[in-house]
Amino acid sequence: MIEISDSPIDTAELQRSLINPAAGGYCAFEGWVRNENEGHVVERLEYEAYKPLAITEGEKVLAEARAKFPYLDARCVHRVGLLEIGECAVWIGVASAHRDEAFKACRYIIDEIKVRLPIWKKEHYANGDSGWVNCERCAQHGIAD
Amino acid sequence: MKTIKVCYFAMFREHAGVAEETLTLEAATAHDVFEQTRLRHGSDEPNGHCKVAINDHMADWDTPVNDGDTVLLFPPVAGG
Repeated sequence: MIEISDSPIDTAELQRSLINPAAGGYCAFEGWVRNENEGHVVERLEYEAYKPLAITEGEKVLAEARAKFPYLDARCVHRVGLLEIGECAVWIGVASAHRDEAFKACRYIIDEIKVRLPIWKKEHYANGDSGWVNCERCAQHGIAD
Repeated sequence: MKTIKVCYFAMFREHAGVAEETLTLEAATAHDVFEQTRLRHGSDEPNGHCKVAINDHMADWDTPVNDGDTVLLFPPVAGG
């Protein structure tokens, strides 16, 4: 199940929601807001999503992960709105019978989410400037990040 | 001519100055819509790193567009 949230992510509650007597392994990934990017001092991040398709595409990613690395349950929450340094921007948790599926599914889910979901990130810099992550770089260099 | 509702997100919305607009266009595919909005708003973003959806379904750039469609133009994504 995937959720796009405009309020802080309660990671402890999410972890509890995955507790399963058949699970022998649990793996979680948290993406945090970092204070620097490519030499720029970042003060905060702003995330924007197109929710209907972010949810649809996110559910596809979870289904693909389950087909490749059969797990018992998985959840993903991605924040939108203004986030401060250190806040959790994305959380993924996977519970599985054995650790290998949990690790691999978690990695697959975050890697796919970053490149497929209609979610955009704007950095607000200490010098007052701001910029959409990836967009300017792609336009300048013609490369995908 | 087709009447197409175009929705812009993130950088595209800032370039266009609007979140959405309804345009009357000569357009056969999603790529045609993208090119015409690019000219209209002076964006230099190539479509190679962008994605498109039609009526809330992810589409390809060569997907045909029909009168009354809603075309969503997504600049390069950056989740996580």
